[in-house]
Amino acid sequence: MTIEDLSLSNDPIHQFHVDNNVNQPLFGLPAEWGIGNVAFNDAALFMVAATGLTAAFFYWAMKPAAMVPGRAQVVAETGYNFVHGMVRDAAGEEGVKKFFPFVFTLFLWIFGANMLGMFPYFFTPTSHIIVTATMAIMVFVTVLVVGFAKNGMKFFKLFFPSGIPWPLYFVVTPIEILSFFSRPLSHAIRLWANIFAGHLLVKVIAGFVPALIAAGIGYGILSIIPLGMTVAIYALEFLVAFLQAYVFAMLTCIYLNDALHPGH
Amino acid sequence: MDAEAAKLIGAGIACIGMGGAGIGVGIIFGNFLQGALRNPSEAPKQFGNLIFGFAVTEALGIFSLAIALILLYAS
Repeated sequence: MTIEDLSLSNDPIHQFHVDNNVNQPLFGLPAEWGIGNVAFNDAALFMVAATGLTAAFFYWAMKPAAMVPGRAQVVAETGYNFVHGMVRDAAGEEGVKKFFPFVFTLFLWIFGANMLGMFPYFFTPTSHIIVTATMAIMVFVTVLVVGFAKNGMKFFKLFFPSGIPWPLYFVVTPIEILSFFSRPLSHAIRLWANIFAGHLLVKVIAGFVPALIAAGIGYGILSIIPLGMTVAIYALEFLVAFLQAYVFAMLTCIYLNDALHPGH
Repeated sequence: MDAEAAKLIGAGIACIGMGGAGIGVGIIFGNFLQGALRNPSEAPKQFGNLIFGFAVTEALGIFSLAIALILLYAS
């Protein structure tokens, strides 16, 4: 087997395949569970797992509700305070009152799904653009509905920022409209591309190790370099998993703030 | 031109975009350090903004990397 054979037989994209028959050895659930194409596949399994594990953890951690918290309760309360502070800074007290549960749910779900995906052989729901686009469109529609319900026609002040001389509206308004409607696109692609490219990169670089070993003993010693890089990138992926959940929730807060206070 | 060759060239061209993201991330961290050294007591409060700016800028580099990887492996 040559180097080319090995590096090509390593298929880094395979980890993103959704298996509708669920015949994987690790999660061999019966195929009869699904009807046609709506099988309970691995994507659905991990989305349910991310939801269930997060909810179960918070239920279990907050069950004592002690005045002096235990370790698990500290983790739960820190997460709560972290997102609470984020919503308050970006959207104000009114945003906390209206949107805190929504943003907290989004953050926890994305964080849970990303972290679950860090286990080898596990599926990452957020590496599929259909999942991230659904959440981004959900946020976009919420902004539209809340914006028009709360402000009525004044919501269009979003496109006419105050405090600039009126001839500038000919330039600023098209830019504002364009940036407003490209929000769900960039919102969805940012999360998807980060997770997708990160997981792909780990697989690609890990694939260099067997290729170098197969090339002979001289090259085999060099394989320590991609091995070390894989570990380093894996560590970076943990940071990215948290960071992208944070950024997604943060951008949600900023967009929702626009819905509450459209006049800039 | 061979389609396979065009794909590889396209992947290479797509990676140029990562250079721009590299410049942007450098500017963000450089300016943060500059500000942090001038007023260290205020620096931790801006950490959220730093990470946010980093993530938004880095995402653009990731976009071009994703395009390159899709061209190489998924198309």
